[in-house]
Amino acid sequence: MIFNEKMECLDKKGLSSIQSERLIKTVDYVHKNSKFYQNKFASSGVTPKNIKSIDDIVKLPFTIKDDLRDNYPFGVLSQNLKDIREIHVSSGTTGNPTVVGYSKEDIDLWSEVVARCLCCSGAVPGDMIQVAYGYGLFTGGLGLHYGSLKLGLTIIPCSSGQTKRQLKILQDFKPRILACTPSYSLYMAETAKEMGIDTKKISWDIGIFGAEPWSEAMRKEIESKWKMDALDIYGLSEIIGPGVANECLQKEGLHISSDVFYPEVIDPKTNKPAELGKPGELVITTITKLGMPLIRYRTRDIVTMNYEKCRCGRTSPRISKILGRTDDMFIVRGINVFPSQIEEVLLSIEGTEPHYQLIVTREHGGLDNLEVLVELNEKFFSDELKQLKHFEEKIAKEIESILSIGVKVRLVEPKSIERSEGKAKRVIDKRAL
Amino acid sequence: MKVTQVSVFLENKKGRLYDAAKILGDAKIDIKALTIAENEDFGVLRMIVNKPEEAIKVLKINGLVASITEIVAVEVEDTPGGLSAVLKVLIENNVNIEYMYAFVEKSADKAILVFRFDNPDKAIDILTKNNIRVVGKKDIQNL
Repeated sequence: MIFNEKMECLDKKGLSSIQSERLIKTVDYVHKNSKFYQNKFASSGVTPKNIKSIDDIVKLPFTIKDDLRDNYPFGVLSQNLKDIREIHVSSGTTGNPTVVGYSKEDIDLWSEVVARCLCCSGAVPGDMIQVAYGYGLFTGGLGLHYGSLKLGLTIIPCSSGQTKRQLKILQDFKPRILACTPSYSLYMAETAKEMGIDTKKISWDIGIFGAEPWSEAMRKEIESKWKMDALDIYGLSEIIGPGVANECLQKEGLHISSDVFYPEVIDPKTNKPAELGKPGELVITTITKLGMPLIRYRTRDIVTMNYEKCRCGRTSPRISKILGRTDDMFIVRGINVFPSQIEEVLLSIEGTEPHYQLIVTREHGGLDNLEVLVELNEKFFSDELKQLKHFEEKIAKEIESILSIGVKVRLVEPKSIERSEGKAKRVIDKRAL
Repeated sequence: MKVTQVSVFLENKKGRLYDAAKILGDAKIDIKALTIAENEDFGVLRMIVNKPEEAIKVLKINGLVASITEIVAVEVEDTPGGLSAVLKVLIENNVNIEYMYAFVEKSADKAILVFRFDNPDKAIDILTKNNIRVVGKKDIQNL
C-alpha cells in the first residue's frame, strides 16, 4: 500500500513544479522570520527574488551542523518559541547539542512522512508495532509513534532496553512489526536465544531499522535470525527525525519524500553537484516546515541518488543506503575515496563483514599510492602462493573498477589490523599534506 | 595413500615463523619436514608433522590461518638419480607438479619426496604402477 499515492507517484514535471512552489515559499518565509537566515542570505548575496524555481536552489548557501550549535539553543527557529509544540535534542560529542523545534504543522508532517515509511515497509492499518527505539529527546521513538498513529497501527511503546520484557511482550502480544536500531535487533536475538525462544517462529514479519548505518551483510543476518523483512529507515533530527526516507520491499534504495525534503547530492570537496549515480554528500532542504526550516542542510552522509521509477510504483527518488560519512572521505590522485566503497567490494567477494585497512602514501615524485590491507579469511586460504596472489589481484581489480585508480592489495593475518573499541581504524594517511 | 600436510599463512613480519614454531613446540608437535614459499608480502609455511589435526587446532586457537592439504609422499633411495627417476615417470605420464620438497630419513638411506599434485589420485596410480613406493600416513608418523 502507498500511503500518499498523489505525492509519492508524481511524474517528474508535477514533482518539480510542487518543489519549485514550495521552495520559493520557504525561502521567502525564512527570510521574513529567521534572523539567522536573513544574515546568511545577506552574507552570500542572495535574496528571495533570486529563487524562481527549484533549479535555483544551488544559489542558496549551505546550512551546517555548526550553525545549529553556534546558535544554541533557539537561534535557528523561524517561529516564536510559544508557537513551538515540541523540542528534540541530539547530543553532540563535542560542543553544544543540536536543538530542533517543531510546530504543530511540523508534527503533522512528521506523522505523514513516517506513515509513508511504514507503508513502504509493508505495514497496513490494524497491524501491531513494537516501537523499541528510545522515547524522549531522541527522535526515534516518538517519530515512529506519530507515524504509526497516523497510519492506524496498534502501538506498543516499549522504548529501548528491558530486553527480556520486550521479548515477553513479543511472545504474548504477537506484534507484526518491530522498529529499532539494527544492532538492537541482533542483541535481542542473542537474548532470545539465551531465553530459549525460537527466533524463527516469532510474529514479527517486518523490521524497520535505522538511526545507525548498517550493511547488506547485517540485513542478511537479521533476516535469517528473525525470519523477517529488514528495511532501512533514514532520517536525522535536524530535518525531522526518522521518516526522511525508507526502503520499500524491493530493497533497492530508500524512497525519499522529496515533495517535502528536497535532496541534492554534492561533491563535498567542490560543493558542486555530484555526477548522477556517483556517491556524494546528501544535502536536504525542508520545503514545508515552519518551526525550523533548514536550507541546503549538509547531512554529511554519503549516498548515491536514483531518479528511476521503482518497481513498487513509487516515483519518489531513492537514495542508496548510507555509504559513509564525509568525515571518512579522503582523496587519492584526485579521486574521492570512501572506505565504504572498498568495504562493499570486499563484502561482495568474501560474503562477510571484512576487516581491512587503507594506507595512503606519497612517492618522491608526488604520486599517491593506495594500499589495501585485507585480513585473510580462512575460506580463501590456499597452500599455493599463486592462488593467494590471484585472490589479491581479484580484489584489486574489483576495487579499481569502482574507484578507477590502481591499488595494491596485500593479504594480512587475521586480527593483525589494529582495532580500537572493536572497530578497525580504516584509513592511515601517511602523506605529509 | 595420501599424506597430510599442514599449511600456514604467515605475513612477512619479524618473528612470525618463530611464533608458529613455538606454538607447535609448546603443543609437543614434532615437525618432520618443512618448507616455506614466499613473496614480498607473505609466505606459506608447509609442514609434515606427527599430529596434523592437533597442529591445525593449536595454530587456529592462536589466531593463525592454517589448513590441511593432501599431498603425496614417495620414498626413494638417497642416492644420485633418486629424484630424477621419479620425475621421469611423472613427465612421461603428463602429471603436473604444483610444488614439491624433500627430506631424508634418519634411520635409513632413503629420502622422502613430497609432491602437491592437482590430481593426487591419478599421480598415486601412475607412481604405484611404476613401482615407486608411495608412503602412507602411518609411515610418516613413524619416521
